[in-house]
Amino acid sequence: MNAVPLGMPAFPAAARDATRNTTLRRNLRHATHTIRDRRAAAVAELDDWAGLRAAGAAVKDQTLRHLDHYLEQAEAAVTAAGGQVHWAADADEANRIVADLVRATGETEVVKIKSMATQEIGLNEALAEVGITAYETDLAELIVQLGEDRPSHILVPAIHRNRTEIRDIFRKTMGEWGIPAPEGMSDEPRELAEAARLHLREKFLRAKVAVSGANFLVAETGTLVVVESEGNGRMCLTLPETLISVVGIEKVVPTWRDLEVFLQLLPRSSTAERMNPYTSTWTGVTDGDGPREFHLVLLDNGRTKILADEVGRQTLRCIRCSACLNVCPVYERAGGHAYGSVYPGPIGAILTPQLRGTTSEIDASLPYASSLCGACYEVCPVAIDIPEVLVHLREKVTEQRGHVVERAALRAAGWVMRDPKRYTALQRAAVRTRAVHPRKVPLPGWGKAWSATRDLPALPAESFRTWWQHRDTPGGTT
Amino acid sequence: MRVGLFLTCVNDTLYPRTGQATVALLERLGCDVDFPLAQTCCGQMHWNTGYGRQVEPLVRGFAETFAGYDAVVTPSGSCGAMIRDNHPRAAARSGDPGLADAVAQVMPKVYELTEFLVDVLQVTDVGAYFPHRVAYHPTCHSLRLMRLGDRPTTLLRNVRGLELVDLPGAEECCGFGGTFAVKNPDVSAAMGADKLRNAESTGADVLCAADNSCLMHLGGMISRRKGAIRTLHIAEILAATETDPEGAMWARTGAHR
Ligand code: SF4
Repeated sequence: MNAVPLGMPAFPAAARDATRNTTLRRNLRHATHTIRDRRAAAVAELDDWAGLRAAGAAVKDQTLRHLDHYLEQAEAAVTAAGGQVHWAADADEANRIVADLVRATGETEVVKIKSMATQEIGLNEALAEVGITAYETDLAELIVQLGEDRPSHILVPAIHRNRTEIRDIFRKTMGEWGIPAPEGMSDEPRELAEAARLHLREKFLRAKVAVSGANFLVAETGTLVVVESEGNGRMCLTLPETLISVVGIEKVVPTWRDLEVFLQLLPRSSTAERMNPYTSTWTGVTDGDGPREFHLVLLDNGRTKILADEVGRQTLRCIRCSACLNVCPVYERAGGHAYGSVYPGPIGAILTPQLRGTTSEIDASLPYASSLCGACYEVCPVAIDIPEVLVHLREKVTEQRGHVVERAALRAAGWVMRDPKRYTALQRAAVRTRAVHPRKVPLPGWGKAWSATRDLPALPAESFRTWWQHRDTPGGTT
Repeated sequence: MRVGLFLTCVNDTLYPRTGQATVALLERLGCDVDFPLAQTCCGQMHWNTGYGRQVEPLVRGFAETFAGYDAVVTPSGSCGAMIRDNHPRAAARSGDPGLADAVAQVMPKVYELTEFLVDVLQVTDVGAYFPHRVAYHPTCHSLRLMRLGDRPTTLLRNVRGLELVDLPGAEECCGFGGTFAVKNPDVSAAMGADKLRNAESTGADVLCAADNSCLMHLGGMISRRKGAIRTLHIAEILAATETDPEGAMWARTGAHR
């Protein structure tokens, strides 16, 4: 995966700034609560949701268990349908493959469909380095690109922006990238969409090369699937002469029957729609219809490593619906940028440290960016037990070097707790000295972190166990 | 029925009144309650902070201490969930089949308090009296891990004098999260502030939950801001009666030092 963003602080520090940004808090609260409630309603319509969810998880698990088989099946099918398959072990290799393919066409511009995999590998930046400009065509991605911003949500990368901010971005920079925003454009959503439509249409009509990701890859026929709301993806998939799709190896599903399960799970979880407006499928190349050249780049970039981890591997079931972000109380307050990755929210907190490792400050802090409230697990359409994976990753972090004070403190606490005598003695000592216990702790560390906003509870005059031992009338309250 | 009370280390040390209320309530309903002194801690803090390897002796201690009871009752949704979900995991990982066995034996007998009242004792009206406006915060682990559902609110609705008000955003986390509260203090406080704003908007004078650790966080914030609402564990509400509304009989403390 791409490196940690330069100068990225650990999650708590980045989140602190976000909690103090009232505009951001308001934008996020409004957006996440709206979609959260709509998702709940869309899911409640189906009385077999639990069954669908279990089926989704089972299909993914089965596929992951035999991933090599299905990938080879997909490769054979894509090749037979006139496509070319490339295997990329990591981000660099994938970027190199795509850059070479674009250069071979003689073009210096590509249009892009919204894709997490290409964000993950930093494709746009890699292409820019060799003189190729990538134009994002998803509306929210366009806002991020024009604003020289970073995405903060999987599905709605510009969720942190409100419409006034979007109008300002369009006015300021659209002209530098192509057709400028119309004179006098207001911040009405309709007018903003119209400006984007005009701006993008020119790109679609000119582009000879498109780059996409895919939501699914059906192994039995070698068919790629993109689901979307805007139709801009369909333009990219059909108009250009060359199509390059960068797809994570976990996106494969065995059959069309399996796909059916996900085409029900994904839209309801993601946009709260019964069905998404556009579902595009393509299989290799077809004479006289769509691109004449098709390349599939299958991306590992850490995924096989995740697959080898018994607890962590459920992460690979993820269909990137973003339901876990929309329901997460931490994401809602911290915002997507605090996660220092293109994958924010609960899925990011488990995926990023597995893709990048936990050596950097931000990556080691991500497994702790959760109160373990379990809301993410509850909404996840493929039943990823995100809290379980978070705790698993926390263990990996504590087994690394560092954490000297914390480890010593928890060891000591464990040593006390495992022996009732030691536990009772410590409790007694605490009670004896209670008169001098502060309600605020000014020293750095956990005590200060607690008492910056909260008083410590006052220690009672007597612990329960002391009371119990001296209770004179057991068996009654008289 | 012989009930082993697993009070939890937090309640034992910081909230003895919750323990006393639980004992009074269960005895009033005819249970023979015991508090085995060998109990300490379920290991949740270690487990959830990434020190799961240190939990094994605590898991063993719990299984041994509570082996002989008909039921084990705990007034904490999150410690209950720790025992139910993670003690078997810890036991499996220890590679000791004896421990896995012991955990498997005791586990089906472990109940959170309201679960025990409604499912085992099959009472929904415990004869309590509490003339106050109460908002119930379901707490994440009680709600999503223990799946207490409407048990606590059913019990509260049957308390005489009690007016149960709807808490907006009830299912949202209060921001405690164990060591999350100190590892991510700003996000934690932002979540807590929103929870309190919702609680205060109901006009309730008591914010109630089945978990004192969440209430410790919220209560700490209320105390700091000198807020009007107070926090109370559900056991203390259910233990209150018309003849003894303040628990004068069961919460006598300080007599033995
Ligand atoms: S982890 Fe689950 S809820 Fe989150 S994006 Fe992936 S599939 Fe959706």
